[in-house]
This record gives sequence, structure tokens and C-alpha cells, in this order.
Amino acid sequence: MELKGRVWKYGSDVDTDAIIPARYLNTSDPAELASHCMEDADPAFPSGFKTGDIFVAGKNFGCGSSREHAPIAIKAAGVSCVIARTFARIFYRNAFNIGLPIFESPEAAEDIREGDEVMVDVDRGVINNITTGKTYRFAPVPPFMQQIIAAGGLINYVAKKIEAGRGN
Amino acid sequence: MPMTITEKILAAHTGREKVEPGELINARVDLVLGNDITAPVAINEFEKIGAPGVFDRERVAMVPDHFVPNKDIKSAEQAKQMREFSRKHNLVNYFEVGVSGIEHCLLPEQGLVGPGDLIIGADSHTCTYGALGAFSTGVGSTDLAAAMALGETWLKVPESLKFVFNGELKPWVGGKDLILYVIGDIGVDGALYQAMEFAGTAIEKLSMDGRFSMCNMAVEAGGKNGIIAPDEITRAYVEGRCKRPFKFYQSDPDAGYARVYHYDASLIEPQVAFPHLPENSRPVSEAGQVEIDQSVIGSCTNGRIEDLREAAKVLKDRKVHKNVRLIIFPGTQEIYLQALREGLIEILIKAGAAVSTPTCGPCLGGHMGILAKGERCIATTNRNFVGRMGHPESEVYLSNPAVAAASAILGRIAGPWEVL
Repeated sequence: MELKGRVWKYGSDVDTDAIIPARYLNTSDPAELASHCMEDADPAFPSGFKTGDIFVAGKNFGCGSSREHAPIAIKAAGVSCVIARTFARIFYRNAFNIGLPIFESPEAAEDIREGDEVMVDVDRGVINNITTGKTYRFAPVPPFMQQIIAAGGLINYVAKKIEAGRGN
Repeated sequence: MPMTITEKILAAHTGREKVEPGELINARVDLVLGNDITAPVAINEFEKIGAPGVFDRERVAMVPDHFVPNKDIKSAEQAKQMREFSRKHNLVNYFEVGVSGIEHCLLPEQGLVGPGDLIIGADSHTCTYGALGAFSTGVGSTDLAAAMALGETWLKVPESLKFVFNGELKPWVGGKDLILYVIGDIGVDGALYQAMEFAGTAIEKLSMDGRFSMCNMAVEAGGKNGIIAPDEITRAYVEGRCKRPFKFYQSDPDAGYARVYHYDASLIEPQVAFPHLPENSRPVSEAGQVEIDQSVIGSCTNGRIEDLREAAKVLKDRKVHKNVRLIIFPGTQEIYLQALREGLIEILIKAGAAVSTPTCGPCLGGHMGILAKGERCIATTNRNFVGRMGHPESEVYLSNPAVAAASAILGRIAGPWEVL
């Protein structure tokens, strides 16, 4: 799988209140959440964003609340993936569970600039900055996470497990 | 093989003799938790699984607390979805408005979490229950859905960090100050993916309410869980209260830690965390002249009876500054009643405080205390991110209840010694 898009660059400790403010948590509708994604933190985002664009951020992306509405908003907005130096723990789990691709690469997070064209080759584990020609590797996805992805997300994984249990 | 308390609890819930940091395990859960923001998403995902029902109707707790009493029609719909799900599955631990409260104050109070338990909740402050010597951690809604179906969850065994506080605490210093101090020291990702174990003579003397405040904010340092070894203070709290059998675990003396931090607790002053991260903590005495528009006392961090006692001690026979709104929200109905019985509510109202029904509302900028553009608030809550309590150009300062009360009186950030 290849993901390609223009970069929106953010700093460190982007919290879930910045990604989707709590005043919008009275809904779980992905399209509605997407329409408010990053609106306080980056007023340019809602109007300037193109489907497939990529977030690149510093350390501890997605810190704060456990709201799954944060990765849902990013995914539903059409962001193809998030590259960061590190991710906060709950955001990391949530992103995998709902199928938002995320990649840890300190070098890429440091180097890549706002507006760069970037392509991620998920299978080969390579991030290619088309604008500068530089390439980076990202940390491999842990095997258990790969199982979740292969099953089509945590819910499908659990459904299969329960179905298998019924057969016993 | 020596283990930490966190490792022992995880091993026990995996049916194993031992586990090691970095291992992925499937662990049995003693209780799972959802609230009116996270449960609706979890319920939708749960329905997709096609499970015959929840794994155990006594072990799925549903606590409407964030946007209740319902703040608008959409919130009412979310609360309704949660209520109907709870009825359909005959959940024993659904808490309606009127008997409910802020989840992390409520569940320990109701005896639903105990020492040695393994608990996951779709709320980041689920780490609070480590104060009782349990392993508890926050997850998202999809993880909650899976655990509701299976009664188990996957976890990576975390490395442990140990924070040792020795020495006598100064007056007006409590669990909130200790945890703000730690976060100031190690940063908001200083314990990323790791267990935070608190120990030392100052912790041994710390009350249960102080311990809850500390473990509550482990997530603000990126921690997976906060934990304190259970002792006689824990026993006094859980005996006669805990509805399930509990077990005390202790870390082995030679257990392995990724790092051990030592602090002289006698040197720590009441802390204030400046905008816009909890790591921006400094002593109140170094806060300078910071005028405030609002003071908020309550939340899952500091909404317990001791917190209200501390606030009342400062506010008794004094008046809130004319430029300040003081909003106080007890954590549960039981705490509210206890405060009434002790005469605290009368003291607070006479001082000019608005006392609210239990809700998470103001803490996350939901309702009941939203900030306008340019306004400043001191709060005993847990996060001071940009826009956390309202307008993106408002500011939140975090402190303990005595500091928030003194600041409400003086109209600027102040220590309690400035008014007493």
C-alpha cells in the first residue's frame, strides 16, 4: 500500500482537545467530527486541506483524553496517515483499532517541512519525501498489531474470535 | 524472578507465574467502564461484533458524567443510547443522574474497584484506581467494545518507573502538588507507555484522596498507569466497601525499574501549572501577578471530600473577589451529602461559590463554566491545554483546592497563607 499527499506540519504534544475540541463530542458522526478537525489549532486546515494529505508532527502526538473521536475526525477528514516522532499511548491504540495508519519516525518528523510532497510505502517501511528526495524508515508495526490490521481492525478480529469460539 | 506490583497484577490476570516488560498479553479484566462520550461509540462497535451479550453484566460500568445533566439535545441522545443499552443488557452498574457522579470518584466510592484489580475504562483518567493498588488504564471506545464482549483485553506489559518521595510534606501540599511536581520534572511524555509507581515515606502518610489525585494524573505524564502499594490506609478505605474480594500486591525489593527518581518531599511547595501544558508547573510563590476571572474546584482529580474541606477551610468567613466566579462541583452525590452534613456547602455558598451537581462539564469545556476569549481560570482539574475549558484564547492554570480557593478570594493566583 502506498500513501501520498501534501504535508501539514505540527509541533510536539498535539493534544486531543486540539484535534477535536470537547464541545463537539456530543456527536460520534465521523463526517461532523471531521468538519471540526484541528479547527482551533490550525484555522487554515479546514479550508486548505485536500483528501490524502498527511500530518507530520513531533513527539507525543494525540496526548490527553482517550476520545476515539480524535483519530476518527482525522481519518474521516481524509488524512491518509500521521507520521510523528512518538504517539501518546491511547491515541496509538485507537488509531490502529479504527484503521488510521500511523508511523513513528523521529528523522522524518524532524526533517519533513510543511507543504512537502510525501509518499509512504507501507509494505516496505519507507517514507519518501518527494520534494527533497530524502527517504526515511519507520518503526515496524508490532506483529500483534499486524494481526489486527490483517483482520480489518479490532472489531473484526474480535468478531472472528467469537465466531471461532462458537465452533468449538 | 522479582516483579513490580504492576507486573504481578498483570501476571495474575493472565494466569501466568510471571510477565516481563515488553511482552504482549491477553489479560482478564475485572471491570470495564464507559461514559456518555465514549460509550456511544463503543456501543456502536459492540453491535458490529455480534456477541450474544456483554461478558458479565456486573462488570460493565456505565457512568453518564461528562455532558450530564444533559447539556443539549445531542448530549441527551448520547445519554439515552447509553441508558437503553444498559437496560437491554441488564447492567447492574449503570448510574443515573441523581445517584451518579464523576466516574473516577464514583467507582472507588461504590466499592467497584479494589486492590489487585485489573480495570480498563474508556476514559484517560481511569488510571486513578492505581491509588488502591490496582492496575487500571485508559483505552478508547473500540477497546472498550472488545472488552465488553470478551472480558479480556490485550496489553503490552509496561516498564516501571519508581518515584520515591521521602520527608514531611509542607502545609497545604498534597497529592496534586506532588504529581504536578513530577510532571514538571519529567514532562508530559516523561513516562510514555510506562507504569508510574509512587513510594516513600510521604506517600505512606498520604491520605486515600491525596493518592487518588496523584494516580489520576499519571496519564498527564504519558503514563500507562499510576500505582501505589496498598497498605493500612488502603485497607481502611476498602474494607466493608469493596464488593468483590481484593488482593494486596507489593513490588519485590529487587524488582527491575527503568528508572528511579528520588525527591525530598519536604522541599516541595504548592504548585501551579501554567498554560498550556501540565508540565509548566512552578511553586505558587513564583507565580507572579496573574489575575483570574474564574476558579474551579472539583473534577476526578480534586472533587473528593478532603478537597472540599480544604477549600472550605480557606473560604470560611471570607468572600470571593468581585471579579471572580468560583464554581465548585463535588465528585459524587455521596460526597455532596457528606459536605452538606459537615456544613461545608454552607460555608462555600456564603463565600459566594456556585455549587454544582457532580459533572465533568467545566473541566473539559463541556458546559457549566466555559471560558470566554481572553479569560483566565485557575482550576483543580487535570489539563490546561489550549482551549481546554472554552475559547482557544482562554487560559487554564492547574493547582490544588486551597490555592484555587485563595486565588478566588484575592482575584489573582495566590497561596492560602496570603488570606489566612
